Parts: sequence; C-alpha cells; structure tokens
Amino acid sequence: MKAGAPEKLIIDGKRLDGRGIEEMREIEARIGVLKRADGSAFFRFGNTRALAAVYGPRQLHPKYLQDPKKALIRCKYNMAPFSSYERIRPGVSRRSIEISKILTEALSQVVFVEEFPRAAIDVFVEIIQADASTRCAALNAAALALADAGIPMKDLVSSCAAGKVDGEIILDVAGLEDNYGEVDMPVAMTPRDENIVLLQIDGILTKEEFEKALDLARKGCKKVYEAQKAALKEKYIEVDEDE
Amino acid sequence: MESKLLVKDKQIVIPGEDLAVGYDFLPGRGTFRTGESIRSKVLGQVRLKEKLVNVISLSGVYIPKPGDGVIGVVDDVQTTFWVININSPYKGILLLSEAVKEFVEVSKTDIARYFDIGELIYTKVINVTKSKIVTLSMMDPRAKKLRGGRIVTIIPSRVPRLIGKKGSMIEMIKEKTGCQIVVGQNGVVWLKGEREDLATKAILEVEKESYTSGLTERIARLLEEG
Repeated sequence: MKAGAPEKLIIDGKRLDGRGIEEMREIEARIGVLKRADGSAFFRFGNTRALAAVYGPRQLHPKYLQDPKKALIRCKYNMAPFSSYERIRPGVSRRSIEISKILTEALSQVVFVEEFPRAAIDVFVEIIQADASTRCAALNAAALALADAGIPMKDLVSSCAAGKVDGEIILDVAGLEDNYGEVDMPVAMTPRDENIVLLQIDGILTKEEFEKALDLARKGCKKVYEAQKAALKEKYIEVDEDE
Repeated sequence: MESKLLVKDKQIVIPGEDLAVGYDFLPGRGTFRTGESIRSKVLGQVRLKEKLVNVISLSGVYIPKPGDGVIGVVDDVQTTFWVININSPYKGILLLSEAVKEFVEVSKTDIARYFDIGELIYTKVINVTKSKIVTLSMMDPRAKKLRGGRIVTIIPSRVPRLIGKKGSMIEMIKEKTGCQIVVGQNGVVWLKGEREDLATKAILEVEKESYTSGLTERIARLLEEG
C-alpha cells in the first residue's frame, strides 16, 4: 500500500526500512535465466527486480541503420504494468524512452562494437517490480546479460544510486525516500577503472554534498560488482571442483 | 617492471578481469591490453600458450574467418550467386564461379538447379572483408551438398572441444554410433545414420560440459550405455 508522506525519513540514524544511512539493500544477481535468449540475467536491489535479455550480435534491419564500422546497440527499457503501486500504462512513455537512451549510451561505452560491423545487439530490460533505482538495476542486469551472451566488453558496468533525505547523504535510495527525499542520484561506472558511464541528478546538491554522494555511490558500485562477479562465475563453478 | 601472470590455465574469467601485467606476456584471442595489464574481453576460460594469453569465450555468435568449413542453408538464389545462411550475423555469398565447374549460360539457366532454397551445403569461407562481407566456395575437396540427416546447432566457440585433439572426440562418436557426422566451424553439426538420437545426445553433452576436464571418458561411457 502506498502511504502518505512520512514526517521523517531518518529516525535515530535508521531509515524507514531499518537500514543505516550508508547501507545498501539486499542484492541478488543471476545469469542465464531465460532459455531462448543469447544472454540473460536477473538483478535485484531489495524489492526492485530487473530482468534483461540480450539477442545478437545479429543482422540489423532496417538496413539504413547499419554502420559498416561498428555494431549498433539497441536497448529497450520497459516497466511491467504490475510493477508499481499504480498500474503502468503499457507501451512506451517519455520516461522509458529516456531510460532506454541512457542505458544504450552507458553500454556502448564498454562493448567492443567495432568487432561486429553492420550488426545489431539488442538488449531488452523488463522491470518486474519497481521500488526506486530501476535504471540502476536495469543497467546491472543488462551488463550481466551481455557478458552471458559472450559479447566482448572492456569491463562490466555496475550501477548504484546515492541521494539526500532529511539533509543526510544516503546510499541506495528506496521506496518513499525516492518519492519524498530531496535528491536521487543514479551513478554507473566501469568498476575497474571507475569511469563514469551514467550520472543523473534529480534535486539540488552543494559541491561538498555532491562529492560525498559520488564517493558513496562509488562504494555502492563496488558492492554491486562483487555480486555481479559472483553471479558470472557461479554458472561455471564445476571447473574448480574438477581441479 | 616485472611481468606477472595473475591467472591459472583453464580458470574462468569475466570481462575486464586482469590476466597479466607487464610486457613479457602477449594478449591473444579474447583479450586486450590497457597500459601494462592484459585483460579479458569475454566471460570465458583461460588458455595459456607460453607467453600468449588467450581466453576462449563460453558463448557467443559465429564470426566467419577465411579457411573455415561451415554448414549453411541456401536462403536465396539470385541470377549469378546464392545467399547462404551460415548461422552468423553475416550471410555468406556463394558466387556461381565458385560453385560450378562447368560453363553456365546465365541468361538461359535458373541456377536453382545446382543449389535450391532450403538445401544444406558444407562450404569453405574464402574471404571476409573488413565490414564482414563473406564469400564462400565449393571448390574444395570436402565441400558438398548434404542430403537427408539432421542438424544440431551448438555454441560455435565449443566446436574445437567437440572435434577434440586431432579429431579424437568426433571420431569416437562416429565410430560408436555408426553415424556420418560433418561439423561446421559455425557450430552447425550435420549427422545421418541409424543412431542419430544417441549421437545428438553425445554432441549436446559435449557442448554443455565443454569447459570441464575428463570429458572424453564421460562421453565414452555415455555412448557405451546407449
């Protein structure tokens, strides 16, 4: 049930869901969840669940979009009608077009697109349950699905949101904090070199607050990366048992 | 700066993982160099060859390269060439001159009499351009039309495992099932014979377990049990 605006979002250093201000929600990551896709993954931040499927590299149609030098990454973000408190109207919206675009741009930074001239790599991300940070979960799932599909990449992409509620800088914005907090700042980076591939801010931060939030988000991305790494290696665990 | 290897042979690595540092090692297949370190491009298994560090991908599509023998389906027949689906993002072009030895008067012949839509062929990749235009040829002793039988498609990067060292794995499957088997580098396997089901089962098992060791013995057992 959707509640009205709470008076305070942080009480005695604890957030509404009982987390500390620098604590993340539970993370779950799995790959190879869809049988018919070339690569697929599931990613969860608490109650936010994303499912990603990768098809390709495959022939690109319409033909005029083909680039003789590199592959085109096409990302499609969609929220399931039942994913939120209120029904999401099926089909594209202003918001889903925006998120599809930023996901495409973030992933294009890490994929070796020049290895597949004239081809398309299609990434579909479905949000099956939304509780803030859906774009972060979508990106984490998409990066895993690309790796599962055997697509060459410079690095994975790990993403996590930072924010500000009740004047405090927090990590991993969730639920009511997103609706009634002051700032929501999703960040995505390549975990090894810490190159930022996505950064959006909704709200106002001072320079010091921004730096603190970014630093916190960086720590969050590291944690996400550990979960992604474990998910990728888990599928092929038998090798270690053999040795 | 001292060079150091950071992984073991046959270890599973993820994209972006550091494999080695320093210039004494060379980046091979599935890897790239950034500054001093060699990193993996794909989710795969490490194969060390002296100073060369390779990573064999565990999945992915078939990217044609010259010299590969592939199995394809005729997708389209034009006046002087065929378009072949080779289980890849790129279609293959088979020119009339590379397919038929005799003289063909194009204006008076429908070249579908040689290869028709839907027919299966084993063919050689002779050229791949930078933008991946693939030309094929039937002018090879092993190239032929494949009639009857069935096809099984596996992950292309696991084909070497199916063939085995000097063809040991595939020869064993052929011998124990009595099937005729042709393996395309593109992951398409054609088989024909009395015990197709058993051969298919063995092939799919090799695909599934390609990254494990002691596979040949397990497949031998599977074939014995029938």
